[in-house]
Amino acid sequence: MDLHFDESYKRFRAQVRSFLDAHRADFPKPHGGRRPPPETLAWQRLLVEQGFVGRTVPTVYGGYGAQPDLLQSLIIAEEFTRAGITQGLTNQGVGMLVPTLLEAGSEEQKRRWIGPTLRGEILWCQGYSEPDAGSDLASLRTSAIEDRADFVINGQKIWTSGAQFADMMFCLVRTEPDAPKHLGISYLYFDMATPGIEVRPLTTMTGEAEFNEVFFTDVRVPRSQIVGERGQGWRVANATLKHERGMLGDPNAALARLGRLTSLLGSETRDGLPLSDDPLLVDRLMQLQGQALALKYHGERLLTEQVHGDPPGLAAMIVKLRATELNHEIQALGIDSLGEIGSLYEDGAHLRDASHWQERYMIDLGLIIGGGTAQIQKNIIAERGLGMPREPKLDR
Amino acid sequence: MEFGLSTEQAQLQDAVDAMLGRVCAVDRLRSGRGSSNFSAWASLVEAGVPGLLIGEENGGLGLGLFEAALIAEKLGKHVAPSPFLSNCVLAPIALRIAGAAEQRRRWLTALASGEARAGVAITEWVSGARDGASLAAADGRLTGSRLFALDAEGADILITVDNEGQLYLVEPDPAFVTVTPMPTIDITRNVSELRFDRAPAQALDASANGAALAAMRDAAWVMLAADALGAGWSMIDQAVAYSHQRRQFGRAIGTFQAVKHMCATMAAELEPARALIWYAAYAQDEKLADAPLVAAHAKALLGEVGRFVARTATEVHGGIGITDLLGLHYWFKRIGLDRQLFGGPELARRHAARLQGLLAA
Repeated sequence: MDLHFDESYKRFRAQVRSFLDAHRADFPKPHGGRRPPPETLAWQRLLVEQGFVGRTVPTVYGGYGAQPDLLQSLIIAEEFTRAGITQGLTNQGVGMLVPTLLEAGSEEQKRRWIGPTLRGEILWCQGYSEPDAGSDLASLRTSAIEDRADFVINGQKIWTSGAQFADMMFCLVRTEPDAPKHLGISYLYFDMATPGIEVRPLTTMTGEAEFNEVFFTDVRVPRSQIVGERGQGWRVANATLKHERGMLGDPNAALARLGRLTSLLGSETRDGLPLSDDPLLVDRLMQLQGQALALKYHGERLLTEQVHGDPPGLAAMIVKLRATELNHEIQALGIDSLGEIGSLYEDGAHLRDASHWQERYMIDLGLIIGGGTAQIQKNIIAERGLGMPREPKLDR
Repeated sequence: MEFGLSTEQAQLQDAVDAMLGRVCAVDRLRSGRGSSNFSAWASLVEAGVPGLLIGEENGGLGLGLFEAALIAEKLGKHVAPSPFLSNCVLAPIALRIAGAAEQRRRWLTALASGEARAGVAITEWVSGARDGASLAAADGRLTGSRLFALDAEGADILITVDNEGQLYLVEPDPAFVTVTPMPTIDITRNVSELRFDRAPAQALDASANGAALAAMRDAAWVMLAADALGAGWSMIDQAVAYSHQRRQFGRAIGTFQAVKHMCATMAAELEPARALIWYAAYAQDEKLADAPLVAAHAKALLGEVGRFVARTATEVHGGIGITDLLGLHYWFKRIGLDRQLFGGPELARRHAARLQGLLAA
């Protein structure tokens, strides 16, 4: 155990910090899942040039080409959190498609798609879940049948974030209807402007359409637009899901929110007295702080294990479950601290933080469910992490 | 940066684990309560554990609380009876910070070699006086009582604190000091009530009292957290093993999601606490500014998660889980005492809040 950074890392941290300090005026405003405005794209390009996005992606594919160095990555993440901004665009293209292409894409695919995706010029959406294929994703039924030089896709996807703004979709389809369910899936990608695609926004409890339903009717996609081989899509997708669970379990995000909650207790009053003197609220705050600190150090431990090349085990499997639950509880305490004020929504003179506490409380519940529900996570922890006996499955 | 065990630290922990695995069988725990119980002490002395935190100049190993936390975890895992917390952690800290040169030379050396044993009675300073326990000094003599003294039975020296927060070293003479066992749920730990009747006592350095007591409290919090971590993981491992063996409805009960989710939730709650404990111990060794805060959080978190794991792992076992025959209750009770000793989660969290300027009123 030694938490000192070598001189070279201290210098690196100073460089990152001075870059961020110097560019404070360029920090983009959140654009809420919509198409990034020009100033956000300019900032994203700068981050790629500086190696803060796509850091280890080879330069021939449009990345920065640095050698993988997890401590540098940790320092960059910490400094962006400290500056109060995300590390560039957090979308399905940067977070999931790029790592997937790097692992499983052809040379031509990597050269064509990674660069513009990193720079935010091409927006992607993910076509995985279907109405009858949620936790049991591998039972998906959207079909792709080869016809001359094309696949012809028919079916429906759901929970497709950002489909109404996306240029492209990466998608799981069934290409081998007679194969066992995990072996009949392929990973395709295509332009959202292709004829036969219909996007219907799906309004959620927040009042916003964070998701969509996407319908496919005889959508023709060139056969070359497959990642990996036919029937290997499940393996390709699992690499992607691993990245998604990493995105949902960032401990720095929980600590940043906890800081915001602590400020709220300090600034809000009831009968003129600060909430930070209410022992019951403060006790709840301290419970969440203890959990958040544990997850923070847990993350540093996992990083050290990754540096050593240890295979990820139980310790890595628990992060998505714990971090999404913790975030949700932080929002709940924000609402409870505000009391009746905490139930105000969308508009009005007394509204706090532009509905942040209620809105994220609802979105966070979606994140507990999405990306592998809490219950699926527990199955994974129990069976793969603890080695408990598998449930007899009826459809294997 | 290296957030984890060095090779030497991992070897130390593995060696203690293997040694405790050999000497701590559940059947031996049944032999009795407190000091009449068998003890893993002889084996720990042989391994040099009493000198863990004592400098090499006094014959110790000169290691830190990080290593102590690794050992505490294994003591909890094996529900090992031993005076580790009082003798190997708290008394050496008190003497190192607030002991006079002669006291340090004499007692640290004797503690390191295992020739002398120390008991510690500072509960009232940490978590408040119950049942009117009160201790006053006059003319170099102590009169009154202290509750929840650790490992005072048979101790050569006692470290205690009076009502004013002054630390004392007492060589207990039965003419002046009475040690009465306080039976707790946990028979693996030795807890007593001390009664002092004009007992001769040596005051420790008055200018270092506050620092010594704070260091003892923070260290005790992390050690008890580590103990609960080890005991808790042992309970999860036992529950998982049982879920493979036990069959109902024609299936191993571990195939049922209800049982899987109980075990997965225990693991997901407990495992992140390991990193918090590591950091909290390291922070004290390195004297980092947030050391007191993370010590309080470690104590509070393990108090809560420990209780959850203790009840849930017992529940996974069904009816057999609550029997003496199985003996799982030794872990359940160990975790139960870990939670209460030196203050429960609410007290530790209030401390954490005040350290950050909350609860000013």
